[in-house]
Amino acid sequence: MQQALQGIVAILVAVGTCLAYYALSNWVLDRVVFPARGSNAGRNIARAGLVRPWLFLFPALAVLGLYLAWPVVETLRLSLTTRLPGGGSAFVGLDNYARMAAEPKFREALRNNMLWLVVVPALSTAFGLLAAQLTDRIRWGNIAKSLIFMPMAISFVGAAVIWKLVYDARPIEQPQIGILNAIYLALGGAEPQTWLTIPLWNNFLLMAVLIWIQTGFAMVILSAALRGIPEETIEAAIIDGAGPFQIFFLIKVPQISSTILVVWTTITVVVLKVFDIVFAMTNGQWETQVLANYMYDKLFRTGDWGVGSAAAMVIMLLVTPILVWNVLSARRERR
Amino acid sequence: MGGVVGSRSGPTWAVHISAALLVLLWLLPTVGLLVSSFRTADQIAGSGWWQAALPTEQNLILRTDGSAAQAQHGGTYVIGGNLFAAGTQADISAWGTSVRDIAAYRPGETAKLRRGGTLTVQSNGDYRMESAAPFTAKRGQRVFVTAEVPPEFTLDNYRHVLLDPANSEGMARAFFNTLTVSIPATVIPILVAAFAAYALAWMEFPGRALLIAAVVGLLVVPLQLALIPLLSLHNAIGIGKGYIGVWLAHTGFGMPLAIYLLRNYMAGLPRETIESAKVDGATDFQVFLRIVLPLSFPAIASFAIFQFLWTWNDLLVALVFLIDATGETTVMTKQIVELMGTRGGNWEILATSAFVSITVPLVVFFALQRYLVRGLLAGSVK
Repeated sequence: MQQALQGIVAILVAVGTCLAYYALSNWVLDRVVFPARGSNAGRNIARAGLVRPWLFLFPALAVLGLYLAWPVVETLRLSLTTRLPGGGSAFVGLDNYARMAAEPKFREALRNNMLWLVVVPALSTAFGLLAAQLTDRIRWGNIAKSLIFMPMAISFVGAAVIWKLVYDARPIEQPQIGILNAIYLALGGAEPQTWLTIPLWNNFLLMAVLIWIQTGFAMVILSAALRGIPEETIEAAIIDGAGPFQIFFLIKVPQISSTILVVWTTITVVVLKVFDIVFAMTNGQWETQVLANYMYDKLFRTGDWGVGSAAAMVIMLLVTPILVWNVLSARRERR
Repeated sequence: MGGVVGSRSGPTWAVHISAALLVLLWLLPTVGLLVSSFRTADQIAGSGWWQAALPTEQNLILRTDGSAAQAQHGGTYVIGGNLFAAGTQADISAWGTSVRDIAAYRPGETAKLRRGGTLTVQSNGDYRMESAAPFTAKRGQRVFVTAEVPPEFTLDNYRHVLLDPANSEGMARAFFNTLTVSIPATVIPILVAAFAAYALAWMEFPGRALLIAAVVGLLVVPLQLALIPLLSLHNAIGIGKGYIGVWLAHTGFGMPLAIYLLRNYMAGLPRETIESAKVDGATDFQVFLRIVLPLSFPAIASFAIFQFLWTWNDLLVALVFLIDATGETTVMTKQIVELMGTRGGNWEILATSAFVSITVPLVVFFALQRYLVRGLLAGSVK
């Protein structure tokens, strides 16, 4: 009860402060600093017009700067320093990075992240494309879309529980309650497998969870793009005698290639940050470590801020090409 | 030729079947968990959830009544009754009294007990223990049965997880904590972002293009980088770990998407509407509040859904900025991860807890899907 009250108060205070800030700052600007009257009313209106955008922008910029921009710089600094006992820090150059690179767990995380980076965007996009193409052509397509899209709303942790049940293993003499082992035994497998402890393969089983979540996203975007393809190009291809697969791969896919790229990069960013799934399902055991979980481990379990920040910078470095590409294409589009 | 893809003819059965298979594949894992959350622990262990509608063959360990229930008939001492709880309809196919041979006897057969006396078990669970000497064991005889138990669905798991005040692993408190995190964390960024989005869409000033580019760039900055610097900052200014910290963090992390979505939408509003209002003497502040903000409702709804789902489902931000050593402020995702560690085998608890946390996002998702889709289409940088 008390915390509900706290929440409501927080909303009211925040919204009230915002409105008061905007209203008051505008009022001060128009009445006090640059009043639109007297001898230089015209000039004052122009000056107020110059300042006003920054009044509108200030809170958002402050939040963005403090919560996203500054931490990048600060993390970079932390990754180059070490904490001294009793407070303070000392510059150590690339020492943290060197120590991190020497750790087998880090190399394992890097290798796994590379696997994730290739497999998850590729399969999510492929399944999304397939789902979009299939569901666009049937009457119950909207229901089908909803159901494939649904995992989007489920938390990574919830998904981890869902899939842990799929992968569950019981001793051979008991009934299997994990559907994967039930199928495996029905197909002639000898022993139930504890799937999540089989190195290398378990990575793919964790990836399946994220693919399951992201396919709906890919499907929604790609389905919209497919519907935007001009009919004439398809009709022309049919007249020329193209088969359905030729139409799909030679006519449709090239026309939506830019959208495919967008979907691919968006999922790539999600993959780079993947944390909850690994944290909840294996916590990096059995060679399933990934960078984000490795970093969390270093920061909050080992308390090694230097190496943890270095790992964060590696994630940042991997995101940077996408960041640059996004910025460039956003600017190009406006021109 | 009625092709699978791309031809002009109507969809063929192949399309229907492939689509159905795909949907099934995507739906089954969730259905499995949902079904499991309505089964008892014994039933979950007794058969896969896909057989939940069939009677399950379960190996159960049951107990006869103890010595207190014995009666004397002539020279023999007798304990009689039914092994199952009242109302359970089960069909025993084999039973035994030793863990080494749990299927030693058929129903109706009589076993010699190690401690003296005999035991007869019928297929419906009725049993009769007889002995010439009085029974002394206070706890009854263990009986291992292999029984067909009819399917049974129960709300007990939900009652236990949500309503049992004695259950310290319950989800009730975590549920309200999650709500306390996500609603302010959804509402607060909207207003802040809306003003900025208006400035970026409809006000002319030097550096505007640069700022828009910066927002696009910040969209993909991993929040991992912010953990340590911001936690140190929160500690330094006295917020520490708690709701205020987590609200602020979510506001910051959601801000780029909020500004981006709202700006794109506002920039597409009809220029005439806004300019005629300005000609009529409305200030930017009035134009924003009276015209742009109401017209931007669809974009605000899209962002609100994203942010709500994200804050409700979040684990990392809560772990770092909210949950302190006392665990008073734990959220559902954290609670579930803990349960996975301590109760990894108790699927009835795990499945139910997970579903409690999944339900709210699913309701939001199905009710407001069209805003979500619109937001996705607008939000992916083309």
